[in-house]
Amino acid sequence: MKKYLKEIGGGFYSLMLGMRVTLAQFFKPTVTVHYPHESLKMTPRFRGHIELVRDPKTGQAMCFACKVCEKACPSDCIIVEGVKKEGEKRKSVTEFKLDFTKCSLCGSCVEACKSNAIQFSKAYNMVSMNKEDFIMNLFQKLESERSADGQATATPPPEQPKSEVP
Amino acid sequence: MSAPEVIPASDKPCETFVLNVGPQHPATHGVLRLKLTMDGEYIMRAEPVCGYIHRMHEKMGENRTWAQFLPNTGRIDYLAAMAYNHAYVAAVERAAKIAVPPRAEYIRVITTELNRISSHLVWFGAFLLDLGGFTPLLYAFDDREQILDMLEAVTGSRLTYCYYRFGGVCNDVDADFIRGCRDFVARLRPRLKMYRTLVTDNIILRKRLEGIGFISQEMCRKYGATGPVIRGSGVAYDVRKIEPYSVYREFDFDIPTFPEGDCMARYLVRMEEMAQSLRIIEQAVDKLPDGPVLSSGVPRVLKPPAGDYCFAVEAARGRFLVRIVSDNKEIPYRVRLRTPCFSNLSLFEEATAGMMLPDALAVLGSLDLVIPDIDR
Ligand code: SF4
Ligand code: SF4
Repeated sequence: MKKYLKEIGGGFYSLMLGMRVTLAQFFKPTVTVHYPHESLKMTPRFRGHIELVRDPKTGQAMCFACKVCEKACPSDCIIVEGVKKEGEKRKSVTEFKLDFTKCSLCGSCVEACKSNAIQFSKAYNMVSMNKEDFIMNLFQKLESERSADGQATATPPPEQPKSEVP
Repeated sequence: MSAPEVIPASDKPCETFVLNVGPQHPATHGVLRLKLTMDGEYIMRAEPVCGYIHRMHEKMGENRTWAQFLPNTGRIDYLAAMAYNHAYVAAVERAAKIAVPPRAEYIRVITTELNRISSHLVWFGAFLLDLGGFTPLLYAFDDREQILDMLEAVTGSRLTYCYYRFGGVCNDVDADFIRGCRDFVARLRPRLKMYRTLVTDNIILRKRLEGIGFISQEMCRKYGATGPVIRGSGVAYDVRKIEPYSVYREFDFDIPTFPEGDCMARYLVRMEEMAQSLRIIEQAVDKLPDGPVLSSGVPRVLKPPAGDYCFAVEAARGRFLVRIVSDNKEIPYRVRLRTPCFSNLSLFEEATAGMMLPDALAVLGSLDLVIPDIDR
């Protein structure tokens, strides 16, 4: 009987201690971010989908279609094509497709590229109802960006999945 | 420990029914199916059916290069991806005789231990959620978020890190990360104390877990259960101590064991392990040497000499072993993965015979299963 009462007392005390923790937490600031209204900033090393890098001097893509990234990718989601133009030493890229539905965001491609021609984007909340939206033509995107830079009247970039870069 | 009440065979009503738990059930944390032959509220036979998320990781190892298989290892146990990456890169390093710079080894230890804590925090939240307590999950995820933010800043990813490379790690850690580690250790210590007040000492939890789901040492040995499950039965088996790898020899830490063998013992082991991991992180951060983080002698096309190599690590759920067989080609001949959850699940049938259904779910939670790890 005494043990029983002691257990009830001890149990009640343990519950009270727990409640005190809960109550103390009540007055602390919230730890969550209210997502659609605020979003977090991605860290510099964040691995989003990849994108081509432009040469700051010429504005062209740095990539010369050596296909090293294509081989390094474990998920076979990169397709690179390039041609050798007249009078140039290296090939230049004509097509760079990324099948983002298969990409495992491992980073092998960026690491494999010795000329730093690809980088990770910081877009992290990409949403679409269509699978086709995630098969990205990165070269086309870069070209349209380039022409948008060149002209005052910017041509709209090709349809891309809705993405917000914070 | 009171043995679970078993109805004597002669009194058994002859009617039993089969209850399916899963493959889509919140208590199984994934696509695990339990076929329970029930006699009323009592389980006569519990048969786990796995294979619903079988992704052929071992077979995939045989058709991609050594480096290309690395992202796969992080996806086997997605909650403790670091340890899995570690086992694989270390096995390949052993095969190709690549030396790892000391700084990289320390970084590996720090990140693996952080990952272990985050994995245990998920288990802590999810296990109590299974038992019907929602609040602890929110506290646990608050702490886990700090770890994920830190690891994200270093590795670029929050869950499937793919951070280790053959011969080191791919990015060096910065001063922010070191400061973050120190702050986190200082933060989690009082929080662990708070968890004790809030949850561990709670009379309802104790009544619910003490004496439930007894697993004996023999049973652990029979089924090859490792990790917190065997330590909860009183066996101090931890790969970090038994066959020390990396730089674990240099740290002072204990292997918590509890001899009771019930759900509460396994619970306490994991809670205590978090405190021990904090100790390791603290020491590793203090001792962190300078130097390169990636060995320069790694050939671009890796062809390990022919042979058979193993490497075991202590993952968050137990002993994870990678065995690779090389025939001196760019592609592995065989990659065998010995995952802890499969063995830990195997004893479920024996441990739950004659048990009440809610208790069996508590046992399932206390085994801390990650389903892709079972099926891989
Ligand atoms: S992105 Fe880099 S690795 Fe890939 S084809 Fe272009 S230059 Fe080569
Ligand atoms: S991140 Fe990995 S999976 Fe994605 S495109 Fe690059 S190499 Fe392929």
